[in-house]
Amino acid sequence: MMDLTVIWAGIIGFAIVAYVVMDGFDLGIGILFPRLKVGTERDTAMNSIAPVWDGNETWLVLGGGGLMAAFPLAYAIILPALYAPIIAMLLGLVLRGVAFEFRWRDPAHRPVWDVAFTLGSTVATFAQGITLGALLQGITVEGRAYAGGWWEWLSPFTCLTGLGLVIGYALLGSAWLIWKTEGSLQEQAYRHAWRLGFALLAIIALVSLATLYLDAQYHRRWLVYPGVLATAQVPLATLIVSVLFFRSLKLRRHLQPFLYVLALFGLCIVGLGISIWPDVIPARLTIWEAAAPYRSQVFMLVGAVIMVPIILAYTAWSYWVFRGKVGAEGYH
Amino acid sequence: MSPWDNELALLLARVQFAFTISFHFLFPAFTIGLASFLAVLEGLWLATGKSVYANLFRYWVKIFAVVFAMGVVSGVVMSYQFGTNWSVFSDKAGPIIGPLMAYEVLTAFFLEAGFLGVMLFGLNKVGKKLHFTATCAVAVGTFISAFWILAVNSWMQTPTGYEIGANGQFLPGPSWPAIIFNPSFPYRLVHTTIAAYLTTAFAVGAVGAWHLLKDRDNPGARTMFSMAMWMAAIVAPIQIFVGDMHGLNTLEHQPVKVMAMEGHYQSHPDGAPLILFGIPNSAEKRVDYAIEIPKASSLILKHDLNAPLAGLDTVPDTDEPPIGIVFWAFRIMVGLGVAMAGLGLWSLFARWRRHLYDWTLLHRAAVVMGPAGFVAVLAGWVVTEVGRQPFTVYGLLRTADSASPLDAPAVAFSLAAFVVTYFAVFGAGIWYLLRLMKKAPDAHEAGLDGSPIRSAGITPAAGMIEGDVA
Repeated sequence: MMDLTVIWAGIIGFAIVAYVVMDGFDLGIGILFPRLKVGTERDTAMNSIAPVWDGNETWLVLGGGGLMAAFPLAYAIILPALYAPIIAMLLGLVLRGVAFEFRWRDPAHRPVWDVAFTLGSTVATFAQGITLGALLQGITVEGRAYAGGWWEWLSPFTCLTGLGLVIGYALLGSAWLIWKTEGSLQEQAYRHAWRLGFALLAIIALVSLATLYLDAQYHRRWLVYPGVLATAQVPLATLIVSVLFFRSLKLRRHLQPFLYVLALFGLCIVGLGISIWPDVIPARLTIWEAAAPYRSQVFMLVGAVIMVPIILAYTAWSYWVFRGKVGAEGYH
Repeated sequence: MSPWDNELALLLARVQFAFTISFHFLFPAFTIGLASFLAVLEGLWLATGKSVYANLFRYWVKIFAVVFAMGVVSGVVMSYQFGTNWSVFSDKAGPIIGPLMAYEVLTAFFLEAGFLGVMLFGLNKVGKKLHFTATCAVAVGTFISAFWILAVNSWMQTPTGYEIGANGQFLPGPSWPAIIFNPSFPYRLVHTTIAAYLTTAFAVGAVGAWHLLKDRDNPGARTMFSMAMWMAAIVAPIQIFVGDMHGLNTLEHQPVKVMAMEGHYQSHPDGAPLILFGIPNSAEKRVDYAIEIPKASSLILKHDLNAPLAGLDTVPDTDEPPIGIVFWAFRIMVGLGVAMAGLGLWSLFARWRRHLYDWTLLHRAAVVMGPAGFVAVLAGWVVTEVGRQPFTVYGLLRTADSASPLDAPAVAFSLAAFVVTYFAVFGAGIWYLLRLMKKAPDAHEAGLDGSPIRSAGITPAAGMIEGDVA
């Protein structure tokens, strides 16, 4: 029998993937912003995400709120453990979010809000990467609470995952710009995509290798025969997708690079799943230990089953309304 | 951690929550009303074709966009505050309040965010009817959001429908409606929603009045002032009535909160006085310099002059909220509520005498009362939240037992970061709002979808051209 806890892990996982994919390119554009020319290029890049960023960020609220609802114990342990990065992420998102409006409202101080946009996006992304790395490297738990210090999350490994996510989101952002813009901005985006693509592959390789030596569990899951026959498909697929990605850049495709970057993110998440499933805090807490009671799960499942398809439908509609290339003059 | 360090960390965590929620609450208090106001304006525009409504829509939607952005980013912070600073509370109450908040995200946040882009930028793309639908969807979304988050808050005030698990968690009982529709929820929902509408009405009224003082013939200023004053005249008296009902409900379920509101340190076996003003002195357990009306409190709360009312002497000191804060916040809220109703009545009189648009003193008063709603909303929030202390889940879980296991320096540092960022960012945002409001609504108000376009030097797209209704 498929139990509700597994279904809820799937829903939270879906929300996190949806967030990474959708806010990933928004944040990526923020990270790339200083490289874009003041004026038309920046305005166009901003216009391309202005109507959708708010909806994209809402998946983060669903991820956080959903974690509290479906796995309250995990929420209660992870957030204090990652106190500093979470607060930094939230403050980064504050800066990033208001910059969308404020830069249009105050042309005299637009450079200030452009800096806030980049700073906020970069800090938020780096903090999310650190969060991921800290979860992988392990969290000290005693009873039902976090028991480590407030710097436990900081290590070379977490800095590496933070940097990796910054590069990954920047790549998503450039692929988005390739899709949604034309002319000199698109040219710029192609150039960035090449460099960021290679950088991301390098960092994926580094993080993957480092992960194997973080914990015996990861080592066992990835490398022991015959499991290795299945797990080896992930790096293999990553290699194939990368080749296709660079080929699509070479052929000057518009949409394909974006889809291949999404596929790369998808493969990284599959890899993450192989490492930690079915734990919510690796080696400390399984999803069943952290799960909310049956009645909470059922009540929310009704809402999720009805609402998530509706949300996806009108989100798709909103993207459809703003489809096509965006110019500095707005949407054609 | 030393016990002193524990105490300090707890205090800092409480200050942080109070600070972040107070800042956040200002924005939805405004957007709930403003979204409905915009829907009404657009509906009137579609129905009548009068350009003044389209112009007002375009005028206020620019303000709405800024307020909404600030509400969203400060709201994301709130959804993580529970976990970062109140992890024990999250673990224990998560199975009950978590699902309610998940419903808020699923039914409200996505609805608002999904249609906001179309509402702000999509008029030229989807046509008027669909655009109006988007505006209504955003307005409905703000209300649904209030429904769920107030259900959560009310459950913390008057918890029902729960069971206690072996691990100390609050678990949902067989009936979710018993949790959602807990005793204080209907009253709090109506009282808070009306408060949001009044907040918007007085902000809109003040902007209208400001521009009438400069040019009493500006059609946009006249229309918004008139609409705002109708709201004030009709809704403020209703709010006083609803507030009274809410108070009676509180007396039934959280009598200690009412004792603090009233400043009743002592029990009054035959009729309690209504203390209008005074200085609560918790050390001596009396109200100094009290100006009071004998037996009036019993009349209001029990509808009987001689009804006995218990005081704080019947409650252990460790179960009392901070009296002074609750006492004063309550008086600020009630005072402003009465002043709002007064301004509403005044406007009715002015309307009847046909001086609504040229009575300078009325306009000045309306400008002064512009922030009244915001202050009253915050004061009311302080009454109910501080009045719930020393508990997070009233009577069941103490605030002191709810916090995360954090060191005081960590909480102090994050608090400082919030304070600096919020004052800088939201200070700038409020400044931009005032600047937008300072500009008089003109007959050819630029649309929001025009703003990114104009800044690139291109003329605004045609769409909401004046009177452009088929």
